Amino acid sequence: MKNSMLKIKNLKAQIEQQKILEGINLTIKEHEIHVVMGPNGSGKSTLAKTLMGSPEVNVTEGEIYFKNKNITHKEADTRSHLGLFLANQYPTEVPGVNLENFLRLAYNTNHLEKGKLSVLQFRKLLRSKLKVVDLPEEFLERNLNEGFSGGEKKKSEILQMAILEPSLAILDETDSGLDIESLDLVFSAIRKIYEQTNMALLLITHYDRVLNYIEPHYVHIMRQGVIAKTGGQDLVKIIQKVGFKKLK
Amino acid sequence: MDSINLNQDYKTKYGFKDKVKYKTKFPKGISEEVVRRISNIKNEPKWMLARRLKAYNEFERRPMPTWGAALSDIDFSNIHYFARANGSKGHSWDEVPEEIKHTFERLKIPQTERKFLAGTATQYESEVIYSKLKEQWEGLGVVFEDTDTGLQKYPELFEKYFGKIIPYKDNKFAALNTAVWSGGSFIYIPKGVKVDIPLQTYFRINLKNMGQFERTLIIADEDSEIHYIEGCTAPMYTTDSLHAAVVEIFAHKNAKVRYTTIQNWSSNVYNLVTKRAAAYENARVEWVDCNIGSKTTMKYPAVYLLGRKAHGEVLSIAYADKGQIQDAGAKMIHRAPETSSLITSKSICKNGGHTSYRGMLQMTHHAKKSKSKIICDALIFDNKSRTDTYPTNIIENKEVSLEHEASVSKVSQDQLFYLMSRGLSEEEATSLIVAGFLEPVAKELPMEYAVELNALIQLSMEGSVG
Repeated sequence: MKNSMLKIKNLKAQIEQQKILEGINLTIKEHEIHVVMGPNGSGKSTLAKTLMGSPEVNVTEGEIYFKNKNITHKEADTRSHLGLFLANQYPTEVPGVNLENFLRLAYNTNHLEKGKLSVLQFRKLLRSKLKVVDLPEEFLERNLNEGFSGGEKKKSEILQMAILEPSLAILDETDSGLDIESLDLVFSAIRKIYEQTNMALLLITHYDRVLNYIEPHYVHIMRQGVIAKTGGQDLVKIIQKVGFKKLK
Repeated sequence: MDSINLNQDYKTKYGFKDKVKYKTKFPKGISEEVVRRISNIKNEPKWMLARRLKAYNEFERRPMPTWGAALSDIDFSNIHYFARANGSKGHSWDEVPEEIKHTFERLKIPQTERKFLAGTATQYESEVIYSKLKEQWEGLGVVFEDTDTGLQKYPELFEKYFGKIIPYKDNKFAALNTAVWSGGSFIYIPKGVKVDIPLQTYFRINLKNMGQFERTLIIADEDSEIHYIEGCTAPMYTTDSLHAAVVEIFAHKNAKVRYTTIQNWSSNVYNLVTKRAAAYENARVEWVDCNIGSKTTMKYPAVYLLGRKAHGEVLSIAYADKGQIQDAGAKMIHRAPETSSLITSKSICKNGGHTSYRGMLQMTHHAKKSKSKIICDALIFDNKSRTDTYPTNIIENKEVSLEHEASVSKVSQDQLFYLMSRGLSEEEATSLIVAGFLEPVAKELPMEYAVELNALIQLSMEGSVG
């Protein structure tokens, strides 16, 4: 039997004074793929931010357990060290911070048990991961998200995921803003990383097109801050027919 | 940018104080008698004593500046104006006293020198005790001495240049320095000689209430090149200290001079320094000025562009934490045609620190077809901290171009969260954001200094967030 990785119990949260999550319950086990869909404003992105510990979100009720630890009020760095990862919808620019140095710092802080990698050792690891997301080596000379195109930002997030090898990756609308070619590349990369590791995935998306690449174990429909319905792949087909609103 | 694990706290690394036996130490306070004794003990030429006395009168006569940072806490009667450590000046490491050597070793000076330095002059207290110049440079006629020795050996150069671009009447602290100066570096680069490895000095205050009044004079003759680096670290003390230095640079036709400072005085030091350069035809002078420590710094490195096509640059970094005021900036005085200047100022303030950019740009009617660019960027951490900009432009002819860009940014919650969600602690994330902000300037520094700058910033961040 698979171990439970993430357990969310009756999670309620707000941003400033606005209540957004109104009692989320969700369990994700090792190496499972869960897809969360839902209309704009249903709270999907807030769920992602809350799970990663964004200071923007205020948890008012409920708990989040990750690997049997209560992380409800833990800082983001602690969550990262435990193996949680968030690929952001809009990765923020950090001017002047070289991407390669940042990646090495992030890698070393998340893999303390393996010992720090030297610049050369890390470069070797990076080369192999760059291929997965089809980014040239020169890309590493750039500054973190600074002046990246939409597609480059998404690739950079997946590159970080490939390097950090989290136990659970939350992908917040990684498909949005990508043209069909980039979508193909990015999601093939995600699938490859999923297949080569024991990683579990929580995919947040607006569109079912990502399901051409990734076959979920569960599909959840979010509406007004709660998970309104949970099902398998077939749930997607129903949505395609009737839309989110008419779904009961 | 990179993470540096120092495994040492600030006090251990920079705040240590070794016991040194002082051969000569004057009682606290300044008077005409003190000025005469300083000159006498150094066996100086008469004109220098006369200059010191005039400067002393100017210092006494002149009121404290009424602009900039508050300086009323400085008690001039509670400062030592001269101290000479035991041991003679020498060019050989073996001659340096053990206790002093110990301090230097903790500052890693010998290793540094072995690695890539052409010469090291380390100012310990008011005088340079240890100075060495590699033979290849001596063979080329390069002079790198402490200023006292320089005056003894090259009186004609001193009569020609000393106080020429910073006269003692310039300001109260230049007057004070001229009256009681001791130590500093004297550098002369002959025509056509290019010193491609930086010359470097470290100096520190190691005596309680010891003021440092070093005097540096750099003369780069025609077609020569020099990069001079000055790094300061100081022990931690609880009573106020004063550092009032004067640096004069002369860059003759086609010469290139870069002067780099990393200032990390302890948080009780008033750092009031006058730095000025004369750039003649087609010469280039660059001041790289990093102010991290001190209680209050007032420093505005200047370039007087006196010959056609002369170029001046100031790269300034200021970091102000709790209780600190960094009032830094630049002065560019264009007095010849086709001259150009660039000022880049990067300041950071947090925990109630206060940074100011204070700049003066003048284009006289001689400065036809000249251009200048000023970039001021400030990074603010919290609402308690403050940053100000005081630019003054005096433009006396119409054939010039002037650009001014200014930006103020706040460390955003988004950036911190993003970096922390990748496993970095809040301190690491903050250091990284600061290092990124400083990156355009840090990359202009020699590798070792860039690393040291990052290490200092990182030390400053430790225990100060969250």
